[in-house]
Amino acid sequence: MSVLLIAEHNNKEVRPFTLNAITAASQIDTDVHVLLIGNNCGDVAESLSEISAVKKVLQAEAAHYENYLAENFAPLVVKISENYTHIVSSANTFGKNLMPRIAAHLDISQVSDIIKVISADTFLRPIYAGNAFATVKSTDSKKCITIRPTSFDPCETSGGSAPIEKIEPTEEFKSSKFIKREEVKSDRPELGTARVVVSGGRGMQNGENFKLITDIADKLNAAIGASRAAVDAGYISNEHQVGQTGKVVVPDLYIAVGISGAIQHLAGMKESKIIVAINKDGEAPIFSVADYGLEADLFEALPQFLEELNKLNSIQK
Amino acid sequence: MKILVAVKRVIDYNVQVRVKEDGTGVVTDNVKMSSNPPDDNAIEEAVKIKEAGKATEIIAITVGEEKSQETVRKALAVGADRGILVKTEGTVEPLAVAKALQKIVEKEKPDLVFMGKQAIDDDCNQTGQMLSALLNWPQATFASKIEIKDNILEVTREIDEGLETIEVNVPAIVTCDLRLNEPRYASLPNIMKAKKKPLEILNASDLGVDTTPRVQQIKVEEPPKRKAGIKVANVAELVSKLKNEAKVI
Repeated sequence: MSVLLIAEHNNKEVRPFTLNAITAASQIDTDVHVLLIGNNCGDVAESLSEISAVKKVLQAEAAHYENYLAENFAPLVVKISENYTHIVSSANTFGKNLMPRIAAHLDISQVSDIIKVISADTFLRPIYAGNAFATVKSTDSKKCITIRPTSFDPCETSGGSAPIEKIEPTEEFKSSKFIKREEVKSDRPELGTARVVVSGGRGMQNGENFKLITDIADKLNAAIGASRAAVDAGYISNEHQVGQTGKVVVPDLYIAVGISGAIQHLAGMKESKIIVAINKDGEAPIFSVADYGLEADLFEALPQFLEELNKLNSIQK
Repeated sequence: MKILVAVKRVIDYNVQVRVKEDGTGVVTDNVKMSSNPPDDNAIEEAVKIKEAGKATEIIAITVGEEKSQETVRKALAVGADRGILVKTEGTVEPLAVAKALQKIVEKEKPDLVFMGKQAIDDDCNQTGQMLSALLNWPQATFASKIEIKDNILEVTREIDEGLETIEVNVPAIVTCDLRLNEPRYASLPNIMKAKKKPLEILNASDLGVDTTPRVQQIKVEEPPKRKAGIKVANVAELVSKLKNEAKVI
């Protein structure tokens, strides 16, 4: 058995969830090969080869691989799939977009978003927004799997010296064209991997009020999250959305402010280690998953919270 | 331009889903069923395109049990012109749905196929991409904005890093995000009219599609419950608990 792991990267560095996916892949089998598809991505190949869990790096470079179009990536994966029993990637927007295209080309019924490897063919995955866990067994001879990154620890990034093998690129798919990517640059930790997340919901009332959230996030070195309601209302941009159709986060501390706690939001955060809810509606469902609930008006509570955090800081100094 | 929109009947998004005691699945008896929410966005977008004079026909299709035609009727009530039900029994995996859709696409020859980016029941997020692969068409997934420029679609996609814009040539598949538009409600007269719109019923087996599951569901269980938390009286107590008890700040 060998596992082919499709790396996510930006041609300069490995994207963090690739490390979680390598951990999942190595739980299926220790013979993990990483496929790097990109353009001028030599540095990424080097850093992947230094990962101790990686036995081989396969690198394909071409101009049409620059922007990760699934239509260009899938044929290459299919071409080299013969040597592998499992094809794995992260269940983030990268892997979600790509893996089903590979699976269908190979006539494989994909297993999406697994949270546990039970054996080489049996996996645990959440269904119904995490309200049920299904144990599923793939009967296809080859498996296509996406893994939920927050359910697997990132692998060690050193200690290895895997060979880097160059492979021939496949042809360009002409009917799809990348135009642009608008990434929001931020000095904050990434939402998906942050140790602390502070999230705002409809209760924030407008985008300006998110300043109350960012002040606290600054203090706690936290990422900023949001409910779908807050994103839909235009208070904050889409990459902040936590939930069934947004991102799944598992921080040590999740602070939900003005978020009622719809099932779809809980799906994205209820595995967090400690959950704090601040909401003026004492009956809000968010309190049912909160370790610490504060029934209060957020416009009073957040400034006080900031003040208390400042006090703590000055004591610690 | 002809648009095929795939829809799915799922447990309503407001229902608190419960696991069956015997571990064979979730409770669906006497549970409210609805159309999969992002599929409503897919229908809405198709209707808007037709209203703008850029599409001539909208076909709503579902693959599922007999009752799934309710979902097709709902699509007809908000503006689809005719419907198709591909009838199946039991669990149908995304790959089988994609194969059934492929057969219909080959027959109906639409220029665009729209559907929701994921179904909120199995949360697979596969069907659109699989159909694109089977047809070797471009795929524009997680779309939050679509602009039609002759035979090219400019699609804004919601990705983890922010937004991405791609152009795809028609024919193409688009999977729709909830932020693509605001789905309309069907008016009562339109619901009545929808009952008279044509709805063709086919069997998956007649299309030559094998829907036998390839992934066995061994058991379904409740996720681990969180321990009940406490309410704190004020912010000072909250900060003290986070600092001294939970030790997370």
